[in-house]
Amino acid sequence: MSHHLEGAASVHSGAAPSASSVAPEPAAAPRSPRRRRLLRSLPIYLLVLPAALFYGVFVLRPIALTAQFSLYDWNGIEPATWVGLANYVEVFTEPKLVGSILNAFELILYFSFVPVILALFAANVIRGIATSRLAGIARTVLFLPQVIPLVAAGIMWTWQFASNGMVNELLRAVGLGGLARAWLGDFDTALPAVGVIGAWVALGLCLILLLAGMSKIDQSLYEAARIDGAGPVREFFSITIPGVRQELAVCVIVTVIAALASFDIIYISTQGGPGNSTLVPGLQVFYLAFFDREIGTASALALTLMALVLLVVLPLQRLLRGRES
Amino acid sequence: MSQSRTRRSIPAAGALLGAAALVLTACAPPGGTGTVAPTTAAPSGSTEATCGEEDVVLDAYIETGFPLPKELFDEFTAQHPNVTFQVREDQFAVLTQNAPRTLQDNPPDLMRLPQMSELASGGLLLNLDPYAEQFGWTEWPESQLSQLRVDDEGRRGSGPLYAMGLNFSMTGVFYNKELAAEIGMTEPPKTLAELDAAMDAAKKAGITPLAQFNGGATGGLMFPLQALMASYGPTQPLNDWIFQVEGANIDTPENLKAAEHLQKWVEAGYFADDVNSMDYAQMMARFIEGDSLFIFNGDWESGNLDTQMPGKVGFFVMPPLEEGGTQFGAMSAPLTYGIAAGAKHPDCAAYFFNWVATDEKARTITVEVGGSHPMGATDAFMPEVDPDSVTAATLAAGTQVNEVNGAMDFLANATGSIYAQSWTPNVQQLVAGKQDAAGLLSAVQRDYEAEVGG
Repeated sequence: MSHHLEGAASVHSGAAPSASSVAPEPAAAPRSPRRRRLLRSLPIYLLVLPAALFYGVFVLRPIALTAQFSLYDWNGIEPATWVGLANYVEVFTEPKLVGSILNAFELILYFSFVPVILALFAANVIRGIATSRLAGIARTVLFLPQVIPLVAAGIMWTWQFASNGMVNELLRAVGLGGLARAWLGDFDTALPAVGVIGAWVALGLCLILLLAGMSKIDQSLYEAARIDGAGPVREFFSITIPGVRQELAVCVIVTVIAALASFDIIYISTQGGPGNSTLVPGLQVFYLAFFDREIGTASALALTLMALVLLVVLPLQRLLRGRES
Repeated sequence: MSQSRTRRSIPAAGALLGAAALVLTACAPPGGTGTVAPTTAAPSGSTEATCGEEDVVLDAYIETGFPLPKELFDEFTAQHPNVTFQVREDQFAVLTQNAPRTLQDNPPDLMRLPQMSELASGGLLLNLDPYAEQFGWTEWPESQLSQLRVDDEGRRGSGPLYAMGLNFSMTGVFYNKELAAEIGMTEPPKTLAELDAAMDAAKKAGITPLAQFNGGATGGLMFPLQALMASYGPTQPLNDWIFQVEGANIDTPENLKAAEHLQKWVEAGYFADDVNSMDYAQMMARFIEGDSLFIFNGDWESGNLDTQMPGKVGFFVMPPLEEGGTQFGAMSAPLTYGIAAGAKHPDCAAYFFNWVATDEKARTITVEVGGSHPMGATDAFMPEVDPDSVTAATLAAGTQVNEVNGAMDFLANATGSIYAQSWTPNVQQLVAGKQDAAGLLSAVQRDYEAEVGG
């Protein structure tokens, strides 16, 4: 999660400088106001140049190379052979690769919807008790998973989900021992179990974002609503949710990206097993590139994944933020 | 509105231009001309390769968690003070991912190798045939070296020798003697039916018969499956399949019976109920804690088990169908090490390989630390081993398997991805009841043909 966050952040902060380092349209006439404006802002462009260079070398160039590799059959060492779009055909026809993409979409449910909804309610409750000490404790407890490295979180949850782990012990303690199972080893429960880990991690991030958003809402709005006779439910839907619309959008987008591009949690907890039931594109790209040494297919899947993320996130962004701009 | 739109489109166009420029500059096909320069120091004709008199630092890249190579390095330095080792260690998975890059960019003199056919056919490994001639490795039993030969099409089993073993391992069944006594099993089962009966007795007594790793990206049920195959049919066709001999097929009537036998074990509940989430380390922990009667594993754990539960562990080779039958086998593979094609000290590295297989102290370390059989001639020196130890039992089992010519490579090694992409998901599905014996074999054969043919 934190990786994707950083990635998302660098895309936003990086895109602008790289673009602005390229000279804008040629000036129509010398000494035009536009030209003068450009000269005046030249130092600013020089300042962003180093960042733009890094962006070009470490973001744009790898993407371009990946696009190139995706058109070849290559094992990473020997000379490559040109295969055109064959790798992409494989991505969309090989059932295993298609299955991994479908798994990623199912993960959106756990990585995004669940934590966003839970965080909304938790934030609302914490806002309600904002003056008590409990609020601070609750915030810390819920945010803590964000601080724990994902690998550690993955290992910890693997233990909890084991046959004699905490989850099964709790079930047995309340007389539901019949439900106990190896959660990560069962075809039907492995993906939801992985989803729980993701939800647990994402909850803290969403909570902090939404709390920050809620603290911006003018208190007089609530007072006015109360005078008009609104109950807590009405307040929540008419004031709180519209008030945190921006933060909500960020939460949804960041967690959807985390779901579609997920890798670390799954790599630690199930490695895609059992029987590919938790295989996601991110993991499959890694396997294809570094174990099967099929750099071409891996690159094609990676680009497909990137396109998929954009395809899902761009409309979402428009939908969630659109009206404000 | 229109102004804001143009302003936005300028950076976008700029970014596109930049990207396009980068693509153009990088348009040569990846891999370039690709061939690795053949080794600089071809071994010199008839005189035996040595480490010479001058100071030599051998660059070694080995697997984390196994003490054998480092103990051998220390002993080698003690005997040859001019030779020291610069050791790098990584997990096996990391070695697998990095092998081609490391061999090409930073060629080690000695490296623990993963599946090696692509590395050899890609020209990354040194051809050891001249050394084999010089040192007389050609006189050793061919079964020790055949897995290390790769022909020019990347098929293993024949062709030049591209790697050497530090030892060769033997697989079979470990059992907990105390739990065995509880169910009245006083000696290893002599037939497959007796093994079935022991598992059944354990199950009825509330003892987990078999905790076998099969979770995540691991398919540990391959161990019992291949052992069953060797009890139901000859091992040669299995080796042919692994070595990609033309027309080889895993989906045979004998193998089907073996897979059905495994399915029967699954359905009878002989496996721990969480095998699909159990990794190798968990399996070992369960066995050492006394939570499993049997595990299918290899003699690389013998030394470890002799330390952790001395005198409490037994070992047997998967029994034949009928008592006294000669139709049985075991997976056996050398602990594979290679020399990079561009290595700086190939002569000294090859000399080290020969020393490991011939020096009495080295052979003693190999048995006592590694727990496996040393490489080399059949009549070579063998150290004394405590007859009650697992190490003694596994060494004896090795002899037994060699007598019936039952050694075979691992089915998982047939191609680069057959284990991860085909065997593993299919045996995991078998455990979950989503795949049956016949479907398992036909699915794997289909994947195999797609990979070998394509």
